[in-house]
Parts: sequence; C-alpha cells; structure tokens
Amino acid sequence: MTGTQNLKLNTEHLKLRIKLFMNNNGEQYDSKKYLDMDLLRFTTAGSVDDGKSTLIGRLLYDSKSIFEDQLEAIEKTSRSSGEEEVNLALLTDGLKAEREQKITIDVAYRYFATPKRKFIIADTPGHIQYTRNMVTGASTAELAIVLIDATKGVLTQSKRHAFISSLLQIPHLVVAVNKMDLVDYSEDRFNEIVQDFRTFAKKLEIDNITYIPISALVGDNVVDKNGKTSWYKGPTLLHHLENVKVDASHNVVDFRFPVQYVIRPNQNFRGFSGRIESGRIRPGDEITVLPSKLSSKVKEIVTRDGNLDEAFPGDSVVLTIEDEIDISRGDMIVRKNNVPKVTSNFEAYLCWMNEEEMQPGKQYMLMHTTSTTAVYVDDVIYRMNVDTLRREDAETLKLNEIGRVKLTTAKPLFMDAYQVNQRTGSFIVIDAASNVTVGAGMIRATSTESRESETADVKRETGSTHKLESKTKHSPNVVWEPWNIPKEDREKRNGHKAQVLWFTGISGAGKSTIAKALEKKLWGSGKQTILLDGDQVRHGLNGDLGFSPEDRTENIRRVGEMARLFFEHGNIVLCTFVSPYQRDRDAVRKLFPEARFVEIHVTCNPETAHQRDPKGLYEKAKKGEIKDLTGFDGEYQAPEHAELVINTDEMDVDEAVETIINKFAAD
Amino acid sequence: MQINSHLKQLEDEGIYIMREVAAQFERPVLLFSGGKDSIIMVHLALKAFYPAKIPFPLMHVDTGHNFPETIEFRDKLVRETGVELIVGSVQKSIDDGKVKEETGPDASRNALQTVTLLDTLKEHQVDAALGGGRRDEEKARAKERFFSHRDGFGQWDPKNQRPELWNLYNGRKNPGEHFRVFPISNWTEMDVWQYIAQEEIDIPSLYFAHERKVFNRRGVWLADTEYVNRMDEESLEKKTVRFRTIGDATCTGAVLSTASKMEEIIQEVAAARQTERGNRHDDKRSETAMEDRKRQGYF
Repeated sequence: MTGTQNLKLNTEHLKLRIKLFMNNNGEQYDSKKYLDMDLLRFTTAGSVDDGKSTLIGRLLYDSKSIFEDQLEAIEKTSRSSGEEEVNLALLTDGLKAEREQKITIDVAYRYFATPKRKFIIADTPGHIQYTRNMVTGASTAELAIVLIDATKGVLTQSKRHAFISSLLQIPHLVVAVNKMDLVDYSEDRFNEIVQDFRTFAKKLEIDNITYIPISALVGDNVVDKNGKTSWYKGPTLLHHLENVKVDASHNVVDFRFPVQYVIRPNQNFRGFSGRIESGRIRPGDEITVLPSKLSSKVKEIVTRDGNLDEAFPGDSVVLTIEDEIDISRGDMIVRKNNVPKVTSNFEAYLCWMNEEEMQPGKQYMLMHTTSTTAVYVDDVIYRMNVDTLRREDAETLKLNEIGRVKLTTAKPLFMDAYQVNQRTGSFIVIDAASNVTVGAGMIRATSTESRESETADVKRETGSTHKLESKTKHSPNVVWEPWNIPKEDREKRNGHKAQVLWFTGISGAGKSTIAKALEKKLWGSGKQTILLDGDQVRHGLNGDLGFSPEDRTENIRRVGEMARLFFEHGNIVLCTFVSPYQRDRDAVRKLFPEARFVEIHVTCNPETAHQRDPKGLYEKAKKGEIKDLTGFDGEYQAPEHAELVINTDEMDVDEAVETIINKFAAD
Repeated sequence: MQINSHLKQLEDEGIYIMREVAAQFERPVLLFSGGKDSIIMVHLALKAFYPAKIPFPLMHVDTGHNFPETIEFRDKLVRETGVELIVGSVQKSIDDGKVKEETGPDASRNALQTVTLLDTLKEHQVDAALGGGRRDEEKARAKERFFSHRDGFGQWDPKNQRPELWNLYNGRKNPGEHFRVFPISNWTEMDVWQYIAQEEIDIPSLYFAHERKVFNRRGVWLADTEYVNRMDEESLEKKTVRFRTIGDATCTGAVLSTASKMEEIIQEVAAARQTERGNRHDDKRSETAMEDRKRQGYF
C-alpha cells in the first residue's frame, strides 16, 4: 500500500506548505529562547505498514526539519527507483543497503526542535529480527510511540514494542492509533483499540499511557487538530511530546557517581571526573567510596565554569574530596548511608544481540557503569516469549531473544535494580574474542536484597563482629522478587504514601502514648496504618530474644524487616522501640527510600521518665531485679540526625501529634 | 528538581564521551579541521579535563588547500591551549607517491585525505580518533555510533555495527584496529550555533559575512584561490558571503549572506532552506558519496 506509506506531496507543494514554527505564532525567532528549551529523547517502533515513516516525515516536515535539498534528493531517488510519490522513509534509511532493500536495518537518529523543546528520535525498524535495535533505541528513550494501524488493530508486533518499552522502563508510552482517516474517524473503532491495548497493558509495568487517534498521512492530531475527531478531547501528538514531563526516569534520591577518569594536573590537585548518574551532591556531604568503603567528605564540585554549590543527575563534573583516598576508574562514590548492592552474583533480564547464540559457562566481558569485568552466564532461568509474554524453558538465548538469567562476575559490581536506577542497573555483555557487544542486561535484584556491603559498614563502625552480619549473609543468591502488586499501586488506592515513623527513646519518654494517639488520628482520617510496639513483638515473633546487645540488634533487625513488609503494603508504619543503638536504627533506615523513613526522638528529663515508669521497669531496676535497663544503667545512644525531636516535658500529646502530622504524615 | 537545558545536556554527554575516550584508550587524538564542529570539540575537551590540560593531541589533516584564516586560527588555538598538534600532510602523501593528485576543473584533495588520515593515524599508533561528525549532517552519518569501530584497514562496516545502549560505550578492539568517536553526534547545526553563542566561543572570521571574490559553479559559490582551477567562462564576482561549513577551499562553497553577527547567523540558520552541506561539492559526487568515503576510512 504505497499510497499510505508515502505522503502525496511534491516538492513545490512542500515548499509552500512547510511551516515555520516561528512564523506560526507570527513572531520572529528569538535566539535567546533556546536557553529555556529542554530535551526529549523518544523512540518510535512500528513497521512501514503502520505508517511510521510517514509519521516521522510529518513531524520533521511540519517542524521545518526537512530541507529543500534533502527533499529534492529523496524525490530524485524515489523517481529513479520507480516510485510515483516521494518516499519519506528515505529520509531515515541512510545506508545504501537499506535503500536497495527498502528496509530499515539500523537505528537511525533524527532531530527536530520546536521553540519549546529539542527532540531526538531513535527510529527503530519493526521487523521481528530487529528486536536488538528496538532495545538499543529504547535504552536512551524517555518516551516511546507505538503505532497501531486503525484498520488492523492491536497486532502482535504492537504488543512486542510495548513489552520492550516496559522492560526498558520507558516512563511514557504513546499509543498512536494511525490511519484514522481510513476508518472514517470512528470513535467506536478508536475506543475498541484502546480497550484491547489496555487489557494487554495490564501485564506491563507502564504507568503512563496516552492514546491519540491520528492520521499521519493527512496530518490529523499530529501537529494540529482539524475537527474530524471532535470527539477526541486530548492533546495532539506534538503537543503531548512538547509537554510531557522529562527526566521522569531520573532517580534523584540515590547518589551514584561512577568514577570515569582521575584528573591530576599537579601534585596539589586530585579530582575524580564522572557523571552524576543519580541523586545529588553538595560540598561537605559525607561520602563512601566503593569498593574500599573508606569514607570522607566532598570538598569541591569543580567545573571549568566555576565550582558548584550542588550537582544533579546528568551533570558531568569533577569531585575533590577532603581526605587522600586511593580512587580510580571503576570505583563508585556514594553516600555513606545509601550504598548500592555490592555483589558478583545476581539475576538479570538479558537480551541477546548476536548471531552466535549465548553459551552458558563461557567467559564473556561485562561492562557496567565505568567498570569492566569477566562474567559467566550461569543459568537461563527462563526465556520470555515476547509475543505471548509467556515464560519458556530454555538452555540458551539466541539472537533477539530475551530471558531471565543468573550471572557471576569476577569482580563485584556496585548495582541497583534497573527498576530503581537505570544507570546502575544496566550492563552490556561483550564477546572477549571478537570484542563485539553481544548482550544487554537489566539487573532485577534491588539494593535491599543482599546486605553484604552494609554489614561490613556495621562491622567497621562498631569495631566488632556483629550478629547482624551472620544473620544476613546466609543467602547471597536469593534474589529479590518484585512485589506482585507494586507499592505505588497500593499507595494510589490508599490515597496516601507509605511511610515509616520510627519512635525511639527511653522507656517512659512517651513513645507509645504519642504513637497510639497519632495512629488513631491517622486511622480516623482514612489512612492505612499499623503500630508495631516493642512488647507486642517480643511476645511473638521475637520471643526467642533477650536484652543482650546482640539480641537487641537482632530484635531491631527483625522489626525493620517487618516494617518493610507493611511499608511495601502501603501502610503508614508507626514503630515504637527503645532501639538504643544508632547503628541498629541506621540499618533499618537503609531498608527504605530516603524521606520515607522518619526517625522521631521522643525524649524527656530522665527523672520524668522514672516517675512515669509506665511498666514498672525503673522500680524493678532500682531494686536490682533487672539489669542494663536503657535510661537507667543501660546505654542509650541519642540520635544524631533525628528528623524530629519531641520533648514531652514541654509538649503535650495533642501538640506532639499535630507536629508530626504537619511535618510528615500530611500526604 | 531542575531540568537542564538541551545545550547543557548535550554538553554533559559530550564531556562524558571525551572522558571515556581518555580512560579507555592509550593514544587518542582529536581530529581538528578548523571548522566550528572541531572548535566545539576542543572547547568540550577543555571542560572535560579541567583543571588539567587536554590529555591528547590535536591532529590536523592538511590538504594544503586550506583557507589561510583556518590555519591562522588553528595555530592561535594551539598556542592558547598549550595542546600538542600533529599535522598530516596530503602534499607529503602526494610527494611520497601514495596518492595521485586529481586533475580537471573539479580536482580536489578531499578524497586523497583518507590516505593521509589513515597513514598519520598509523604512524602515531592512534587507537581512537575523536571527530566532530554529527548525525544530522548527512544520512550516512545518521547511522554512526558514538564509538565507531574501524578494522585494521581503517574501514567502516555500517551494516555490522556494535549495538550501543544506555551510556555504555564499548571501546574494546584488537591491535591495529581503531575507533572513531563522535561526542557531538546528537547536536544539530542549530545546537552548534546556539552553543557557540552561549559559550562565546571564538571561531574563524570565515563564518561571518565578508567581501570576497567568488565565482559560480553549478549553483555553488566557490572562492577564488590558487587551488581551484577556474574555467574561462566562470567569471569572478565580488560578493558579500560567509561560509556555513569550512573544509578544503576547493570544495567548500560560500553562501551569499550579510550576517556578520552571531545573532544574525542564528537567524539565518533558523530560516535556512538548504542543509549545511548542501554547498559541499564533495557530497554531491554521488548519492552515497559520504557512505562510500566513510567505509574507506574518511572522517
């Protein structure tokens, strides 16, 4: 159907119709406006039959990104190859072989800009044998356009594109239902396709799907609306592209700085260059260097344009640090209290990209952030049928196949789950003999899974081997399965965020009293809550534990894990535990995203607590019946960085509850 | 959360790739033509390694047919940045009998550069050559990777390129092979000009409107220089022109323009109806002229 593939346009026609965005609004191009422009990288997937080339041609041409000489050239080529109309696919199919075979072989990158935004299109071929190109194009995209032919409906191929977009965690998906002109702009047909796609998309991990009825050929709802789809109230495609939130895939919480290259112009300067892959950093922030686990502080954030007060995801900078620590390429600078997983055993989704099939047990090279190491693929757990989304048994992966695999690296990697952090969760596999990139992987384990690195931290800080270590080191190969219902969905239904409020303080300080009143208030306003209390837990789950420092630590560890389960369930979790040791509280803190764990120090004059003595413990201690009572003869390490301190000598219960709600539990 | 402008994002990407090259390769060079793209490359390299100097030399393949302004600019830049300069001479390749000078009115040393380039890379055992190529320039370049592999003969195999994902750039290779690396792949001509304006980067005077003796050959205004064989019927005219790209004087056409300020140039680029390379004779030799040359090892 060449008529639908090609725009019915000749050069003269185009010359007349080419619209200058700057003239659309009747204003001159303001060369200073570009300072406000941002950037959206998106990928388009679909075959020529879906009208993909026409759509791209339409976007390029309506945004004045096709030049006359380009148009003349493709017009000439179209004519000489016997085509009646200008074949806009020739704009993207630049290689001789592509032009000869009239197929797209490789990802092509195209560019256009409007006064609002610059766009980079990774245009990927839609043929089945080119899954690897789709994965490649999707790896840098923040939005994917899946084209559906309105006359054909949701085909296997559309599903495959959507699945790959989901696998690569592209935050925005646009389902462009094309060729609406061929179905008489039928609203029913559009709704039918949307319904079909929705049913399928439930299996995917994509939150943001926008459905737009378009005709790329005629131009409906691509740049302008033309009234033929008056039932459609949404944005045009370009309007959506111009306004969709960018940087949605950036992780702004977990600071990760893989060191690229050490900059050392003279003996007085030693800087570590790299790009902030996630999180943010300021001078003075405490950092830890992996793998050495040595800690220091950021001294300066250096750039040629002056030192920075703060740096953000994506910034290429140079960090200098306070202490002389040996740091080289492949090391990672992170925050002291927020470290990635450090391991050489993990599971991942692997997309195989080479004609030579993957050989389990063969040594490959693996590149992850700025680090390269040897790797074995130990096992293929299953192969994903990208058309049916079914899991299939497989011994290996062939070209364009995607599977879940187990890997072992020679050197430990500093990783996060791809879901949480694309930059520290992605890797490529390289054939050591041919040096060719043969695979692309997305790590499935999360940073909360194996806590080897964190136990080491605890060990170093306390200077003693701690029970926490032996309890968590058992199962390094247990991989974190994502929750069946993601927390975000539960939060949506609950109408509020999950949160952990950790009340620490000596017995009698008022933790339980405040927490109980707070929970009632939250519950009364429709929130999902749970209150975990020391006594309650010690009667059941932790009945085997006493009050030695080791047992106290294990008590808190178990409570932390339990709090995490309730947290993942979408609850506001209130925990009232004496929890006397800073390291134990910190270990719990690490289980949660930053800002979701709030440490509240409930304090009062010890005399007040002794008088209150709600459980009669101080009385017993005074008589010598119990020993090591926290707040009496046992040690209590007051929090150094509590988010909130409540002094119950000065504040009554209602005030305390109000303070906490206003500060942390408002949304 | 602040969102960076497109120029900042492109700059960060360029710097990242410069550093990857310095880290992954032993003897990289930055291919320098004197044109605006390679000037931006030097600017990015200065930023990437600050406060240290650029840790690799510039390499200029000199056809001997350059505009004098280009060479002056090059030498000044080298003086100011303290960077090392390697010059590969096409004249020397001709003198050594490795290539044969083209004859006729359209004679150009453009194609001969490939041999000089490959020889110079070999002589200096270069394992990565940074270039200012952009994907928006030409359809074959649109398919180029950031890290583009070249075999032992310096050749490019466009149908068999390594997939390039996320920000993971695979620079592994066998001895004798090398890479071409293009940190500003994602920039457009407009981005380049906007960046030059934003960063106030010094560029050769050829880019600004000036009076020059030119003649018209098949729609392209060529400068009158000793290197071009002007035919009798091609009459010289004095015109106000500027250059949109700067290459060898024999194949780089001028555009009629009065844009003498950066603002005016950006206006002109915004309104342009022809691609930047539309007045490059070297691209017009055949439909796949660029791909053919690139396969053989051209820039």
